Amino acid sequence: MTAAQPLPTLEITALEKRFGETQVLRSIDLKVQNGELVFVIGPSGSGKSTMLRCCNRLEEPTSGAIHVSGKPMLGIPRKELDRMRLQVGMVFQGFFLYPHLTALKNVTLAQRKALKRPRAEAEARALEMLDKVGLKHKADAMPSELSGGQQQRVAIARALALDPKVMLFDEPTSALDPELVGSVLKVMRDLREGGMTMIVVSHEMQFAREAADRVVFMDGGVIVEEGPPEEIFGNPKSDRLKAFLSRVSGEAA
Amino acid sequence: MDFLDAFLNPEIIARYLPALIRAVWVTLWISVLVVISGLALGALLAGLRAYQKRWLSWPIVLFADLMRALPPLVLMLVLFFGLPSVGIILADWFVLYLILTLVLAAFVEEIFWATMTSLPRGQWEAGAATGLSFLQVLLHVIFPQALRMNIPPLVNRSLTISKMTAYGSVIGVKEIVSVAGSAQAFSGSATPLTMAALAYLIIFYPAMLLSRYIENRFHYEH
Repeated sequence: MTAAQPLPTLEITALEKRFGETQVLRSIDLKVQNGELVFVIGPSGSGKSTMLRCCNRLEEPTSGAIHVSGKPMLGIPRKELDRMRLQVGMVFQGFFLYPHLTALKNVTLAQRKALKRPRAEAEARALEMLDKVGLKHKADAMPSELSGGQQQRVAIARALALDPKVMLFDEPTSALDPELVGSVLKVMRDLREGGMTMIVVSHEMQFAREAADRVVFMDGGVIVEEGPPEEIFGNPKSDRLKAFLSRVSGEAA
Repeated sequence: MDFLDAFLNPEIIARYLPALIRAVWVTLWISVLVVISGLALGALLAGLRAYQKRWLSWPIVLFADLMRALPPLVLMLVLFFGLPSVGIILADWFVLYLILTLVLAAFVEEIFWATMTSLPRGQWEAGAATGLSFLQVLLHVIFPQALRMNIPPLVNRSLTISKMTAYGSVIGVKEIVSVAGSAQAFSGSATPLTMAALAYLIIFYPAMLLSRYIENRFHYEH
């Protein structure tokens, strides 16, 4: 996969983030190639979510660079940033559907206002995306009428409808009841089969094992180790990763 | 019989009814204008404050605090009796309209601001992450939610401020209290005042029912 690499879909270079005196991220470098699923694991407070949120600048990096398909995310005017954000879909732990809009309208809003798609086209696309996440029949439901898993799938459809180049998942299943996790993971697996480029911050280790191309282990604001899942889980090198994995498997048992 | 004669004398009712009906119209249209412009101005100010530019927020906060602290009647008297001495003469109805609008706007701004800041930050972020501009997030995500959550306090404030049109009687606006007051003085009967009370009921009771309908209609689970 490394020979004639085209431009990475997402490239993080020397990313630093400080909150006041606290250094949350230090010299993060990460390249995500087209169609790749990169899984980010690490203890809480390790900077995983902050790194993800820097990618679409919900968090403002202190220094470094982020490029999406070669185009810079940093140092651009807000108007340009709004356009770049269309290419970076984000799914939040807390779903954050708009509670005053139906599922369909949740998925059409940004298509209409940010992409300026005509209503008919936006609605057709929204139904297509809702179908993809198995919720076409819930198009007219309000978010309050949906389960957590359904809300998260609508949120995924909302991001997908904008045809992003890369999808960021920030602990997408952490707020879900255990029996609802599977439905969201299934959608993510389908996306991966469809060739979507994805970065997933999550504690679903089983999913990482099965679906990830590459696993990144973060601790203390740095990338400690990265590699294919069988390497990371089967043959961890650093003590910190070993300690983390034994803690996590301890919890699971 | 004495009671009815004092408070609901048919002759006096007939004599003053046309004047009172005219006064009801004055109260009504000033109220409607005040509510429309007060809600719009208050929402606009809250929206501007959301940009969090200090030079914009600071005057808005000062305005809202002053307008909520000062009694509207004092402001009206200052404007109506004070301004002519510097050569500015405003119509009585305009002073009433202007002050009530500003006071309502101040309360509306605070109501909106409180809700906008209490919405989960994720609502702003979800909008921004999908490429919406700040203004688009404000207009399509934040405001509609703030509006729905605020319908009860907004309706209450609107009703309260509408009833304050009665202050117009002090500066000579021919609204209900003013007209009923002079009628009472001329006739020596309390009947016009009873008529005034009934007139307010006729205006505001349906308004109250309407507000209840609106509250139910736009209620949604969070």
